[in-house]
Amino acid sequence: MNLLLNWLGQIWSVTGFGLRTIPQRKGASVAAIFGIAGVVAVLVGVLSIAQGFRYAMTASGSPDTVIVMRKGSDTEMMSGLTREDVTLVSLKPGLRRSGGVPAASAELFVVINLPKRGTGTDANVPLRGVGPETFEVRPQIHLTAGRKFEPGKNEILVGRAAAREFAGLDLNAAVRVGTADWKVVGIFSDEGGISESEIWTDARILQSAFRRGETYQSVYARLDGPGSFEVFKDALTSDPQLQVDAIRQSDYYSRQSQMTYNLVNGFGSLISVLMGIGALFGALNTMYNAVATRTREIATLRALGFQSGPVIVSILAESMCLALTGGLIGGVGAYLAFNGFEATTLNYQSFSQVAFAFAVTPSLLMQGVLYALLIGFVGGLFPALRAARLPIASALREQ
Amino acid sequence: MLETLVNVNRMVKSFRRGAEEIHVLEQLDLQVGRGEFLALMGPSGSGKSTLLNLIGGLDKPTSGTVAVAGEAVEQLNERQLAAWRARHIGFVFQFYNLMPTLSAQKNVELPLLLTQLSARQRREHAAAALEIVGLTHRTSHYPSQMSGGEQQRVGIARAIVTDPTLLLCDEPTGDLDRKSGDEILDLLQALNAQQGKTIVMVTHDPHASARAGRVVYLNKGQLLLEKPE
Ligand SMILES: Nc1ncnc2c1ncn2[C@@H]1O[C@H](COP(=O)(O)OP(=O)(O)OP(=O)(O)O)[C@@H](O)[C@H]1O
Ligand SMILES: [Mg+2]
Repeated sequence: MNLLLNWLGQIWSVTGFGLRTIPQRKGASVAAIFGIAGVVAVLVGVLSIAQGFRYAMTASGSPDTVIVMRKGSDTEMMSGLTREDVTLVSLKPGLRRSGGVPAASAELFVVINLPKRGTGTDANVPLRGVGPETFEVRPQIHLTAGRKFEPGKNEILVGRAAAREFAGLDLNAAVRVGTADWKVVGIFSDEGGISESEIWTDARILQSAFRRGETYQSVYARLDGPGSFEVFKDALTSDPQLQVDAIRQSDYYSRQSQMTYNLVNGFGSLISVLMGIGALFGALNTMYNAVATRTREIATLRALGFQSGPVIVSILAESMCLALTGGLIGGVGAYLAFNGFEATTLNYQSFSQVAFAFAVTPSLLMQGVLYALLIGFVGGLFPALRAARLPIASALREQ
Repeated sequence: MLETLVNVNRMVKSFRRGAEEIHVLEQLDLQVGRGEFLALMGPSGSGKSTLLNLIGGLDKPTSGTVAVAGEAVEQLNERQLAAWRARHIGFVFQFYNLMPTLSAQKNVELPLLLTQLSARQRREHAAAALEIVGLTHRTSHYPSQMSGGEQQRVGIARAIVTDPTLLLCDEPTGDLDRKSGDEILDLLQALNAQQGKTIVMVTHDPHASARAGRVVYLNKGQLLLEKPE
């Protein structure tokens, strides 16, 4: 017990000397801190893209909402449903009904081209035709301006993010798509979800405008409870007249976001590892330098009877203090610079733009700081071992 | 005859520098009695510091033995040596080797961190050591605010604060002017005469060695009792 206290006391005092000499090595220490801060900022920044993208893709995905598509279709783009399919689907048990009307919206979408506000270059936007029950199916959708479209008219509702990203999508503006003008009658929000990147109109109008006949691509439906999914799905798959399958909306979106999420995450991790190696050399250099300038001091402590263990721990502690400082600076910097930063990217499953906001989450900040500490630990370890192995007699001869 | 405190027996120390082997000490014998003040002289590079370091357990002999107060120093491992030095040896260095970021008081308290003393006891012991070296008025000063002579007195206070068995001084006046050097030598002499401290002092300066009770000369790896011509 006393031995342990004695050892801790040695560590405490030796670390104290080390930290107190940092001002004499200001340049190298500050360089190491900012090297690590840069790595953490990039790591957190890039990963916040992946987080934000996934959040946008899954935020609106309610587990109560299901998407029905043709069997074997991974995306709505590949799916096709007839009017008869839609009718049969909406009669199945497990769906929420009000006044006998099932909460089901038969939908289709086309991808149109519109110029982006910033650059003026064209990009893809989904134009979705929805049924009259769509607001029952997606209760989280709210109009932030204007009104709903009237059935049978060339009127569109624009998602908040699409309105922000694309030129001309202002309330009451006319948008030319194909040969017709469409009027923006409302703007809606989806609690940050993916629908905010879409434009909506009446499904019937869209069918005739794009010569889709009476076909749809999907049915969005709301269950009468999360437990009804199996009932509904079984009813669909056991009906010999139907060749369809159901998936929860939350699962569908997270599946869609997976590829982009993995791509961005992988890219971010790769950059962070490469930059981390750079910062590691910075930390190593700083700590070798610290050991070199303190050679005589360390040798003196050893001559007075301090053990080599506390010397090792103190140099590691110093290195990790620098790294922690860098990690916190980088994390806070990334939070201030990136959190909430709005961007768009391509959703590879629908080949259209998804708007999202970078999300610097507490767990990302934690990851960043842990990464910094890892760099600090490795960067301090080898110099610490060198310090511990210094032959005292010859180290004392150094000036 | 005095009780033998330090017993160096058939000590060999050689260093390897590339392919070349440098024989610094060759079959060297030395006894130091308890309470003795011994001066160790010799030309530069003759191995004075090497011998002092071997006695103080900072280095290992190539062969031979060193016993201090009956303890076979060359047998101890790194860990045991550190603890042994903390307990038994007080070092005084030519360039003082004080911690620049600590006050005189804290520098002197440093070796006491390795003991079981409480913070208050450490403060009291350090204050007493600073009083012995005559620095009561400068306890809160930092090394950079003190003269060389004053810094060396802090160094001596640090060396005696644990009441070590043996004081080893490597050219303690080598970096000081005559007046400050004399004050340091007065102090060492007083520690030896009044407190019975055993002291081994390496020096180049005949003026310094004259203060010691006995002088030995290191030459070509061996000890001589007379200054070689
Ligand atoms: N770690 C070492 N590696 C190689 N050679 C060494 C080492 N330590 C000492 N020597 C050599 O051993 C010899 C004796 O060195 P030492 O420092 O003991 O001499 P000294 O008598 O104290 O000299 P000075 O009066 O200049 O202090 C020198 O030739 C020195 O170069
Ligand atoms: Mg020497």
